[in-house]
Amino acid sequence: MPKPAVSMEKRGTTIRFSRVKNYVRQPHIVISLILLVILLIIVILPFAKMIEDSFVWQFADTRLSRNAEPGGLTLFHWKRVFASALTQNILFRPLMNSVSTSLSVSLLAMFIGSFLALLVSRTDLPFKKIIATMAVLPYVIPSYIHALAWLNLFKNSRIGGAAGVFQYLTGITPPDWLSYGYFPIVVTLSIHYFPFTFLLVSAALTSIDSRLEESGEILGATRFHILRRITFPLVLPALLSSFILTFSRVLGTFGTPYFLGTPVRYYTLATQIYSNIINRIPSVGYILAFVLIIISSAVIYINQRMIGKSKSFVTIAGKGFRVTETPLGKLSYPLLCLIILLFIASVILPLVLLVWQTLTLYPNDYSIKHLTLLFWIGEANTVFAEGEAGILLNPAIIRAAWNSIKLALVASVIAGFLGIFVGYAVVKGRNTKLAYAVEQMSFLPYLVPGIAFGALYLALFSHRIGPLPALYGTFALVALVCIAKNLPFTGRAGITSMLQIGSELEEASETLGARWITRFRKIILPLSIQGAISGFILVFITVMRELSLIILLVTPETRTLTTMTFRYQEQGYTQFSSAISVLIIIIVVFGELISRRFGKKNGI
Amino acid sequence: MERSIIEVENLTKVFGAVVAVDNVTFSIDKKEFLILLGPSGCGKTTILRMIAGLEIPTEGEIRLNGRIIFSSKKGIFVPARERDVGLVFQSYALWPHMTVFQNIAFGLKVKREAAPEIEKKVMDIISYMQLEGLKDRYPQEMSGGQQQRVALARMLVSRPDILLMDEPLSNLDAKLRLDMRAEIKIIHAQTGATTVYVTHDQVEAQTMASNIAVINRGIIEQIAPPKTIYNRPANLFVADFIGSPSINLIEGKTESGEVDGRMSVRNEWFSLKTACREIPAGRSVVAAIRPENISIVPSEGLNTLPGEVLTILPSGPETVLRVRYETYVFSLLLMQQVTLSPGQKVHLYLPPENILVFDKETENLLPLD
Repeated sequence: MPKPAVSMEKRGTTIRFSRVKNYVRQPHIVISLILLVILLIIVILPFAKMIEDSFVWQFADTRLSRNAEPGGLTLFHWKRVFASALTQNILFRPLMNSVSTSLSVSLLAMFIGSFLALLVSRTDLPFKKIIATMAVLPYVIPSYIHALAWLNLFKNSRIGGAAGVFQYLTGITPPDWLSYGYFPIVVTLSIHYFPFTFLLVSAALTSIDSRLEESGEILGATRFHILRRITFPLVLPALLSSFILTFSRVLGTFGTPYFLGTPVRYYTLATQIYSNIINRIPSVGYILAFVLIIISSAVIYINQRMIGKSKSFVTIAGKGFRVTETPLGKLSYPLLCLIILLFIASVILPLVLLVWQTLTLYPNDYSIKHLTLLFWIGEANTVFAEGEAGILLNPAIIRAAWNSIKLALVASVIAGFLGIFVGYAVVKGRNTKLAYAVEQMSFLPYLVPGIAFGALYLALFSHRIGPLPALYGTFALVALVCIAKNLPFTGRAGITSMLQIGSELEEASETLGARWITRFRKIILPLSIQGAISGFILVFITVMRELSLIILLVTPETRTLTTMTFRYQEQGYTQFSSAISVLIIIIVVFGELISRRFGKKNGI
Repeated sequence: MERSIIEVENLTKVFGAVVAVDNVTFSIDKKEFLILLGPSGCGKTTILRMIAGLEIPTEGEIRLNGRIIFSSKKGIFVPARERDVGLVFQSYALWPHMTVFQNIAFGLKVKREAAPEIEKKVMDIISYMQLEGLKDRYPQEMSGGQQQRVALARMLVSRPDILLMDEPLSNLDAKLRLDMRAEIKIIHAQTGATTVYVTHDQVEAQTMASNIAVINRGIIEQIAPPKTIYNRPANLFVADFIGSPSINLIEGKTESGEVDGRMSVRNEWFSLKTACREIPAGRSVVAAIRPENISIVPSEGLNTLPGEVLTILPSGPETVLRVRYETYVFSLLLMQQVTLSPGQKVHLYLPPENILVFDKETENLLPLD
């Protein structure tokens, strides 16, 4: 049928103007534009500023070079990192350490996690339900707390101060490789990250119809053959994903390599960034952060590509299929013992060590007769710990606890609301460039490891920019960085819940005469809040245990529980750092339990 | 005559590179029940959403009661909430966090009517829609049919002049759909509201509409009363789209030399006499005849074709037959039960007055007389 072509020409500027006006009058466009401005400030601008700073002489640089003229342009920092006598120490060695620990942790965590997932979802192992619940706990506990527990156990007297329980009980001084560096970092982080693989692989396994495996069995294949030729290829995408995501997370981990690596000068990129910034060579820190961001983005990009490709053959055919359990027979109880051991090593033992440490009067004396509650409820006493009171009575710690809770609350509520708006803008504007920009930009912080993101914010907000005052040292800055870093999660959650709500529910109220504010208040918000609450709690927990992200940004005024732990540990007050760690664990485990109450967890 | 209440002029909507609605012009009179009918993806819902104000047209003008509510030239766009039209969605779009009462009262509350007033209006409409006893239920606690009634009640309670409905019955089962068709017809008669109704169900369109607009790939193929659409389809698309089983199409060339001035259509197997006025011979045309217009006759004669029964599909009082003649397979709809069997030889009679002829090139209907 002949169709008249749409005449896209012949229209004056007035029409174009009115079209722009109509376009802009749509609420989701307005929201998108506002979000775009916010995202430019909290995501793009820090990045630009960081790159700029790396090319500019800093005031502190006068110590390093006679040619330094603060404010002038220079390639000095880039040369220092990439082509100088120091390159080996500043870049290569930390990079190698980062990559080798990350690779080892990813492999080990993947092995433990997937083995456990296979046992829980495909065999008749006893107590499977409890095991599945418990397996998540190591991940809930902040990773550096495992490091602290390790130190309580295996610390030797190398860095001075008290030795750990091991030396106390056996009288043997643990060798350096056991106390510090590569080995303990890999072990503690693997213990922390295996639940991540466990969750991903379990999800993949339960979504595979076991009839696929059964049909192999009918054709005469052996159990092992089925595992190798049918099950393994089907969970491969989940395995690769967990490997890559663990890799990129370990790459950005700061606390553990700091506590376990720095004493023997075992630096990773993350700790190198920190020490450069602390030692007032921020530009070098920024460049290293840049390197870290590039590696992490590349890794995540590869993962997204793989997921995109492999999704097509994931065989999720509705729900309610049967899962056949392989009988373990005689292996059943040995395996159960192994799992209990793993659980003791990853959850019970660290907790016991931490609690024990908090009860010791002297850091290296673990005997029963010297146990004390002084570090919990002791009055300030000049004999101990430079006169600091036990943590439950200590005003500085109570303030830090209050700061932590305030920070977690503010960040989770604001990030949650921003997430709802992102979801609204993206879903309403589906297939438009503007919505795409908002979606992509809100996802960007995901690519930036915590310590590097902190560095970005330090670069941007340490001095005033235009109308914005210098935020360094304020609570607002710490809150802002937590909001921005968690936006990828709340944004995703927002998009998912908006997609579920659909646009018609809002349109129905629009045709009945409701203004946008009414529509948002009466329809969109009540419908999306339920999905958002588990998101709120997730962000709350994340911020509660956050260290890498905020360590560069907190000042004595804005200290949180996590950074207090860090300071006490640094100063050798292991009882205090352990006690606060126990407090943090109690809070996050409690939060985790509440979030379970609210049902499905979206992402980690 | 009263002025048309909805006027749509040169309406166009482009999504990216896709022209969803292409330069569409039509108007709807007061109290009319217009059905936009077409295959999925033809642009009918987009037209409805543009009238409602949920979609901004790329080009054109829309007027309600003479008031311009959209004009690309004049730069006018009245948002949906100021248009005072009622809209029922295919999904009903009932708010799951509100009870039936709250759902229905929403529009009145937004307009800040007094509470007793709202209460009265909502209770009136609840009893009108036979929803008594359900007012404190939540949508997910009700059946599809009840949800449908609530959606209608929510639209009707504000007494809009114009009702827009987007496939409101497509989620109901067959029996309920019949009941609701009748009910919507009654509502239309009682409220006298001008109605635009979107559906892809041609039976629905023919039973309910005062006018049908058949839409295909963003353009209106024909806009006319149901009988005209069925009996005198403007072009091959409409002829083929309307009617089940589909209309029988026979390609051929026009023949002349007859004395009565009526055209015949000939192809390599047979020649058919039609009731159409004669046109020059040799033109490529398509003859068409509805399945129910073909009958089985005992012997040969004018416009009869010998054929062989392929399949017999009885359904209650009627029977659908497929009969082959050379390369043609004819569908027949007989209003009776038959005792034929596959392979049997029959004579088909195609009455000249029931044969429509379309120009093969333009696909338009040739004038009958």
